Amino acid sequence: MSRRHRALGEDEEEEEEENRNRSVLRPECPMPNASPPMTIRINQLHKVYKVGTERVHALRGVDLTINRNEFVAIMGASGSGKSTLMNILGCLDQPTKGVYELNNKPTHKMSAGQLATVRNEEIGFVFQSFELLNRATALKNVMLPLIYSRKHWLTASKRAKHALQKVGLADRMKHRPNQLSGGQRQRVAIARALVNQPSILLADEPTGNLDSTTSEEIIALFRGLHAEGQTIIIVTHEEDIAGNAHRIVRLRDGRILSDFPTSQDPIHQDFLRRALEAAHTAAAPVASPHNGTGHDGAGGSHP
Amino acid sequence: MILARLMIQTVVLALQQIWANKVRAILTTLGIIIAVAAVVITVAATTGLKQFVLDQFATVGANKVWIFPRRPDNQRERYNFRQIRITTDQVDGLIANCPSLARISPIMEMAYAVQYGDRVRPFVSVKGIRPEWHEIEQRFVTHGRVFTAIDEDERRQVCLVNDKALSELALDADPSGQTLLVNGRRFLIVGVVETRVVSPMFGGDEASSEVFIPFRTGEMMRPEPRMYVVGQIKSPDLVEDVKAEVKFYMRKKRNLGPDEPDTFGVEAIDQIIEQFKKIAAGITVFIGGMVSVSLLVGGIGIMNIMLVSVSERTREIGLRKAVGARPEVILLQFLVEAVTLCMVGGAVGLAIGQAMVLGLRMIPDSPMKSAAIPLWAVVLAVLFSAGTGVIFGMFPAIKAARLDPIDALRHE
Repeated sequence: MSRRHRALGEDEEEEEEENRNRSVLRPECPMPNASPPMTIRINQLHKVYKVGTERVHALRGVDLTINRNEFVAIMGASGSGKSTLMNILGCLDQPTKGVYELNNKPTHKMSAGQLATVRNEEIGFVFQSFELLNRATALKNVMLPLIYSRKHWLTASKRAKHALQKVGLADRMKHRPNQLSGGQRQRVAIARALVNQPSILLADEPTGNLDSTTSEEIIALFRGLHAEGQTIIIVTHEEDIAGNAHRIVRLRDGRILSDFPTSQDPIHQDFLRRALEAAHTAAAPVASPHNGTGHDGAGGSHP
Repeated sequence: MILARLMIQTVVLALQQIWANKVRAILTTLGIIIAVAAVVITVAATTGLKQFVLDQFATVGANKVWIFPRRPDNQRERYNFRQIRITTDQVDGLIANCPSLARISPIMEMAYAVQYGDRVRPFVSVKGIRPEWHEIEQRFVTHGRVFTAIDEDERRQVCLVNDKALSELALDADPSGQTLLVNGRRFLIVGVVETRVVSPMFGGDEASSEVFIPFRTGEMMRPEPRMYVVGQIKSPDLVEDVKAEVKFYMRKKRNLGPDEPDTFGVEAIDQIIEQFKKIAAGITVFIGGMVSVSLLVGGIGIMNIMLVSVSERTREIGLRKAVGARPEVILLQFLVEAVTLCMVGGAVGLAIGQAMVLGLRMIPDSPMKSAAIPLWAVVLAVLFSAGTGVIFGMFPAIKAARLDPIDALRHE
């Protein structure tokens, strides 16, 4: 398993943060009391990989509930089980032990074919490296999931056009990925993820290959989708990206380290404070590295 | 439903892939192309050659059968000539009882001195025939007319002569109305029969003078005539049927008991044709063997390129799986791609084969004039190339279908 994506510096940072927050585990009230219908329910999830003769415990009993219309960031260092969790959430992988119900469907009991159908109908993926087919136009790329769909294939082209309009690429439908900028490519990928009207949008480091301006555009797009009611789960190691989510789930050693609304997440608040200080010491109106306070409302006011 | 739709999309996709990598596709399918072109050319050439040889036979008698009296071996004393000779009664019975015979004519062969004016030719071949003889021997009347039923029934003394007789007896180019003396009898010439020089390969010899008279007129000249029968078979394939029919009828007619041998003979030159057909079949089998080796080699090429394609497109496979393609759909995609590749190779092979066949036919005086690719060979070529695609595409397709989507997406 190649789970070595993180740079060393970030690991050190995480280490530091975790020393400070060892005792912090759960907020007082992790979620509202079952008013929105449940989307994801994970109970005591374990995942064990066999690497040669060695057994690697990637997940050691994760409990997680994500409700409809939540915007969640999953964070964690390399080897924290973040990728494994994300793969299981996306039905690309199955747990060794435990329960994962997606919209009340027990995916942990499903066959590979059934999982494919769930991926097709319930999940939209956005990848760090876009994963577009270079020989196909933007429109064809967006239509790809519908090729495998039992429901929507007749209206595939209409739906794909609609999805491209939604991400602001109505005028780029006939372009191939190599004729598009990085941000545009990721927009195409997001349109592809949305085209089946999935119940969850799963983004794995969606801004990892983009410059900061383009990243902001993409993040703004995510915020817009969330405002329209889309459930979004974003896996990232960047605090400023995670700050856009309304809830941050942190993993460490295959367990959930903390699970807070962004406004109550101590690590994130600490990050914001330090960023603000850095901006002050620089004493220039160049603006803060990333303005995460504006949209989740409570960020600045919390100590 | 979903599979049929995918199939069409996959074929289009595969054709695009092939078009995008034209050179690679051609090199990959070269084995298939050569195999299909080879099989097609061989089949077409064998068909053409066979037709040519059969045509040659047909001029001599590929469709001809002879029925003649024959004393059984070692029992010559038991059967006298009266018992074994063929009668007109039997001839008429043969026509009625042998459905595989198109037409027959009894032939009475004689040799008489023939005189015109002061020119006399001794031992000229004189044959008593019925009008069907022209069609059977493919020797038609070029001037004048054939014998009529009245000539036959009235035993009129009319005759036909061949080209050679015209010159030997110094007759007019159209001698109708002139008279000949045959064995001292006066015959009115009614027409001229063409001379067909049979290739020495089939036992023909140089043309000589011939005179033909109506069969019954011949009977009059010889009270107990020696005759044999020549017939035309409806199709060359019916040789055995005709032999059986003739034997059945003749044995019955002659009251031959089960332990008695035939007192007549039936022969066709089908043995030679059979021999030739065997050689043609042998060539086909031999080429078939070479073609299967070629298809094997071609198939390995296909498998190789499909494996390359699978590993080149691992990430794409991962993506397709991530967005919901079931394993069997991925399997189908790669299988269809391999089959499409092979079928394109097959189509190119067919085109090359057809071009070469047309080339063969263009050669002047070529024995391949009627070379053509039969429909079954086209169907066979397409099926074989598709089969190669399925067999050799299966392993790479299974490999693609079994890829783990996570690993596939991580693949560099």
